[in-house]
Amino acid sequence: MAKPKVAFYWCARCGGCEESVVDLAEGVLKVVEAVDIVFWPVALDFKRSDVEAMADGEIAVAFINGAIRNSEQEAMAKLLRKKAGLVIAYGACAYQGGIPGLANLTDKEAILQYVYQQSPSTSNGNGTRPQPHLKVPEGDLELPEFYEAVKTLDQVIDVDYYLPGCPPTAKITFQAIEAILSGKLPEKGAVLAGDRALCYECDLNSTKPEKLLVTDLKRPHQVIIDREKCLLAQGILCLGPVTRGGCEAQCVKGGMPCTGCFGPLGRVRDYGGKALSAIASIVDSTDEKVVAKVFEALPDPAGTFYRYSVPASLLAGKRKAA
Amino acid sequence: MSNNFNPSIVGFFCNWCTYLAADLAGTSRMKYAPNVRVVRTMCSGRVDPQMILWAFRHGADGVLIGGCHPGDCHYQEGNYKALRRSKLLRKMLPQFGIEPERLRLEWISASEGERLRDVVNEFTAEIRHLGPLHKKQAAPQMAVAA
Repeated sequence: MAKPKVAFYWCARCGGCEESVVDLAEGVLKVVEAVDIVFWPVALDFKRSDVEAMADGEIAVAFINGAIRNSEQEAMAKLLRKKAGLVIAYGACAYQGGIPGLANLTDKEAILQYVYQQSPSTSNGNGTRPQPHLKVPEGDLELPEFYEAVKTLDQVIDVDYYLPGCPPTAKITFQAIEAILSGKLPEKGAVLAGDRALCYECDLNSTKPEKLLVTDLKRPHQVIIDREKCLLAQGILCLGPVTRGGCEAQCVKGGMPCTGCFGPLGRVRDYGGKALSAIASIVDSTDEKVVAKVFEALPDPAGTFYRYSVPASLLAGKRKAA
Repeated sequence: MSNNFNPSIVGFFCNWCTYLAADLAGTSRMKYAPNVRVVRTMCSGRVDPQMILWAFRHGADGVLIGGCHPGDCHYQEGNYKALRRSKLLRKMLPQFGIEPERLRLEWISASEGERLRDVVNEFTAEIRHLGPLHKKQAAPQMAVAA
């Protein structure tokens, strides 16, 4: 029997998701034994035309990482959707927009202006900007169109499953591949990780006080972190209580608070709203002035609570003036 | 902004105080701006920020939360939670291009029908002054399926 065909693709991303596939280490051999990788730009020399030449649905599963920032990424996502039986949004960017999604807190014009005109290292006297089409004597040149806003993968194509994380851990990736190979998949649209908050699997959970209250919030660089004590109880902004578990609290084990890359739990619609709610609730003061003072430690609430999820959030990004 | 703009305002009113104040204003036949669509909640502390963001996403020009005066919360400290959440939300909303004034938290007790009338009138006028939150056609990025 022919091995199932698998494709990997990257959109607006950093490359960490590709790295995480390599992080399967020897496990990757088992995967390669079981499947045929037919498309993987980071590692194998297949071209878009190779994918175009395939029959619809010929690829068993396509893992797409990265958010959708430009028209090329959208076109590739649509092509892979057509050719693949299953599409998996791989990693925080494809799932909720990720770090590139923070760009939605500004706008296209401001980004282009900074990058092509204002940044200190830029010398662009003519104010040249990239154009989607350009006629030169040699012919017509084309560049992908830079979109107004970053989108999640499921805002441009139908997505079957989601693998959260920045990047997804080797463990959940391997579990997902096993589930696909054995056909033991949950209902369509599921996030392939647990549905319990990170605190449940955190080693420091036992040190979390019965009633968690903080009197001032600290950022990791401002304190020496006690590695044996619940970070939130130390006043360090850890988003474990509102974040989906599955990563086995790797950041906390490494002495850093959770920043929420696994995204919301199943019943939460808007990760940042829930995170903001949780943190605001545990501030131990009823005095408006004291509360305002505590929040001074949060100069960038949107970036803190929506670090990986602006495009997927209810507000989706900065509002255009009415 | 033109004066004929009729703002849509969502009001989350606590069952034990502000909602009763609205009841009192009604039975006392007070007249006030009809712009607030009231959602009765058991406590202002029950108002999840997601509900506020949902309202803004789906067409509200302003959100008014009514809770019990400090010390009067039926559940001891729900109103303080509402206070802290709205403070932090108001700090965050400008990052999404939404004026913080569009979210307002007020303490209105069950006997303060007149105060409810005044707050609603005042808030409606303020939102009318700020203008609509949404363009006539929603921006494409706001039109993503929930």
